[in-house]
Amino acid sequence: MAILEVEDLHVYYGMIHALKGVSFHVEEGEIVTLIGANGAGKSTTLRTISGLVAKSSGKVVFDGHDLEKVPAHKIVGLGLTQVPEGRRLFPGLSVEDNLFLGSYLRRDKQGVQRDLERVYDLFPRLLERRKQQAGSLSGGEQQMVAMGRGLVSRPQLLLLDEPSMGLAPLLVREIFSVIEEINRQGTTILLVEQNASLALDIAHRAYVFETGSVAFEGETRMLAEDPRIRQAYLGV
Amino acid sequence: MEWYILLQQMINGLALGSIYSLIALGYTMVYGIIKLINFAHGDIYMLGAYFGFYALTKGGLSLGPALLLSMGLAALVGVVLERIAYRPLRSSPRITALITAIGASLFIQSVSQIGFGASFKPFPQAIPFQRIAIGSVFITNRQLIMFGVSIFLMVTLHLIVQYTRIGKAMRAVSMDKEAAMLMGINVDRVISVTFALGSALAAAGGILVGMYYNRIDPYMGVMPGIKGFTAAVLGGIGVIPGAVIGGFMMGIAENLVVALGSSTFRDAVAFAILILVLLLKPAGLLGKRQREKV
Ligand SMILES: Nc1ncnc2c1ncn2[C@@H]1O[C@H](COP(=O)(O)OP(=O)(O)OP(=O)(O)O)[C@@H](O)[C@H]1O
Ligand SMILES: [Mg+2]
Repeated sequence: MAILEVEDLHVYYGMIHALKGVSFHVEEGEIVTLIGANGAGKSTTLRTISGLVAKSSGKVVFDGHDLEKVPAHKIVGLGLTQVPEGRRLFPGLSVEDNLFLGSYLRRDKQGVQRDLERVYDLFPRLLERRKQQAGSLSGGEQQMVAMGRGLVSRPQLLLLDEPSMGLAPLLVREIFSVIEEINRQGTTILLVEQNASLALDIAHRAYVFETGSVAFEGETRMLAEDPRIRQAYLGV
Repeated sequence: MEWYILLQQMINGLALGSIYSLIALGYTMVYGIIKLINFAHGDIYMLGAYFGFYALTKGGLSLGPALLLSMGLAALVGVVLERIAYRPLRSSPRITALITAIGASLFIQSVSQIGFGASFKPFPQAIPFQRIAIGSVFITNRQLIMFGVSIFLMVTLHLIVQYTRIGKAMRAVSMDKEAAMLMGINVDRVISVTFALGSALAAAGGILVGMYYNRIDPYMGVMPGIKGFTAAVLGGIGVIPGAVIGGFMMGIAENLVVALGSSTFRDAVAFAILILVLLLKPAGLLGKRQREKV
């Protein structure tokens, strides 16, 4: 059964029809990626799933819960966490406090401690910087904190919105291998990316967005061979 | 001017300044979290004084319990005020909320005038007056209590904001509400807690000042409200340590003017400082340059 089911989602920003009937699903254990040009509606899709944007119609079902009436702050507790576009750290708080806030709803101190250690394992650099203000970190380090902050909520499904944004190629590769590692450790991932070739590389399935709807979908191996995709998104 | 007069006014300034700091903290916390100048804040300070008055007289409580009770009731008033007057306007233009705040202030004053009577009431002396001489300067036990209780409350607030779960949530919400929601933080609840804390501090200030001046009236919150606001702006609105520093500076400035022989200007100092800060350093002493988020 799909862990996330999105059905015929419509979203408006005032007069702008940003999502025009988006449907897709994510199976447990998968990495699914949403790719597409700027303004295609990828972030809007994630923000709608997390309850930050109101939809005008459509349905979002996560792990059997219809998210229709669930306020944004209650969605995390169900096991669905988003690492938003632009990282959105709390800049004046330390790395430690940012990570702490990721575990805000959890009461199992020992479990949180274990997950913190896991985060420091994945990103050893954060351990040295844990007392530093998050706003003073480099872009790459901030992305690590953002992902760590998402992980310590112990999500079943992790939404990642452009984790590679603004990072040097080497760092992007590092972040992507961590995403694969997180997935191997059992977390399902929905990944939004500009960097289509890398995204298609690590994901199992992909949906290609064009101006508010899904234009192509399928297994990444198949899509990566499709000449239309190769030309429009992979630049080959 | 003799040096001891100056010293004396410094002492008076620190005592009164601690109250301005308490009031400024409420302004600055609320501003930090919802970018609203809660103009009814001075009136919550006034309500605190009345709650204390009734707890001491009708309730027969001693000072400590009366203080706690009054702080609790004022916290409740602050939470209700936010819930019914400000929350529905949270996504309206800021000017709408600002006008509502002024309306709320006038409303509380009028209702208090009806409920408590328009004339002043003598505040019960919960502790006998004592004056301690150090050389040629004097400190009263009321000043010591005022200063001591204020500092205690400020330290407590600091510990809450820096180290507790709710305190971290407050800071997170003040920095990025959406990101806070993505952490599972109930933003509405955190805003309520902020109003509760700010109102409780103001109420404590109201009681302490009621004791200091021996009298309370329904308009007693107006000037301290303006001074507390000025203190918050002076320190950098939204910046918690700024409110504390701003409050003490206000208290001292005001009393220095008195020491210079012009007690008629004591209230004008606040306006002079406010205008100067807004002209010369609008972000305040500890404030960062304003980055408007769109
Ligand atoms: N808050 C908003 N108000 C008005 N329009 C918006 C808002 N957010 C997004 N849009 C519009 O909705 C459309 C979809 O935007 P969205 O951010 O979802 O795209 P995206 O696929 O994430 O793009 P990018 O790759 O640049 O991040 C765009 O046309 C955008 O201009
Ligand atoms: Mg986007």
